[in-house]
Amino acid sequence: MAWTWFHRLASPPHVYRVAGRLTPWLAWPAALLIVAGLIGGLWLAPPDYQQGDGYRIIYVHAPSAWMSLFVYTTMAVAAGIGLIWRMKVAHAVAAASAPVGASFTFAALVTGSLWGKPMWGTYWQWDPRLTSELILLFLYLGYMGLRSAFDDVQRADRASAVLAVVGVVNVPIIHYSVVWWNSLHQPPSLMYLGKPTMPPSMYVPLLLMLLGFTLFYGAVLFVRLRGEVLSRERTASWIREAVRP
Amino acid sequence: MTPRRRRLVLVLGILAGVSVAGGLALSAFRQDVTFYFVPTQVAEGKVRPGEEFRMGGLVEKGSVYRKPGSMLVHFTVTDMKHQIPVVYDKVLPDLFREGAGVIVHGHMLANGTFVADEVLAKHDQYYRPPGIGKSVLVHGEPRDPALRMPPATASVTYPLSAVEQP
Repeated sequence: MAWTWFHRLASPPHVYRVAGRLTPWLAWPAALLIVAGLIGGLWLAPPDYQQGDGYRIIYVHAPSAWMSLFVYTTMAVAAGIGLIWRMKVAHAVAAASAPVGASFTFAALVTGSLWGKPMWGTYWQWDPRLTSELILLFLYLGYMGLRSAFDDVQRADRASAVLAVVGVVNVPIIHYSVVWWNSLHQPPSLMYLGKPTMPPSMYVPLLLMLLGFTLFYGAVLFVRLRGEVLSRERTASWIREAVRP
Repeated sequence: MTPRRRRLVLVLGILAGVSVAGGLALSAFRQDVTFYFVPTQVAEGKVRPGEEFRMGGLVEKGSVYRKPGSMLVHFTVTDMKHQIPVVYDKVLPDLFREGAGVIVHGHMLANGTFVADEVLAKHDQYYRPPGIGKSVLVHGEPRDPALRMPPATASVTYPLSAVEQP
């Protein structure tokens, strides 16, 4: 059956095993890509004609900002699948993603603020891009807070999933905020379509960092997902088999 | 309808509803959610006199004048249609330069001069090594259509004495 793989994803022991097996296959490439991207970005790439070496914070800022949106979208899709198909593992994916996404959002806001002071002349402005990204942080924190307000995991799953799905409308707003409104923030430098706005010596390290951060999220997600599954299934009999030393 | 189908419709319905509500709210706010006004809007009287606001545009080439022995600087902000003279007496950001994007916060004086209490430099999404001219690397156009025209040659003259006395 074509849908067998999908149904097996709903089985906690299967997910626990697969996530454990896949983690090193994501973690090691992530580490290599991030090290290569940092060397390429911080040493090999030339300085910028206007910002000098100051622009190099982009190699942390842009991938963090990208991940803040990517993780939220993943979380919302997982939460939606959890709501519709009543799939516990999908809720576990969403719950495991939230702190990771919140961390990336926080990193994007902090690095952006540090970049903004020397270049724009300000740490913070209530600009559309900056404000919508701050709202994203609050959505993550709200999701986590809402989850922890329930003792019953199932009720926490459903209530928080509705919040995650509703909040996903903020993702395109963040992305297009620099296009729709006058903004202090410049438009994106790397788009899926269209020419990059920098030479290859600058954008190749940025792409490596983007890919590295994405794989890093995958690895962290799988580790956290195993923890989520273990805590949800702690009374199940398969656990004794799975965690036997 | 199976319960699963019902939940699917419900989730998609919530998402569609929130998107439509958000879209309507944002398009209604579109005029008001403006981080800055451009000089043309200011010249058309979109801003009430004495009101604090932000104005964005390009620093007109050749318009920057620093008063010797003081922090006072004045320059012209342009959107290629209208020019507004600006005075400012604090530290300018590193990326402030002639021909580059700038956002100033402050208010208009009755004589048409903008008194800034904060100057922010805008930069574009283009990065390149120093020494490579625009001819080598395709340089993009500013997003704001008002800023896409060739640099204006018109310049604003205003009495210096008028801006130095508060």
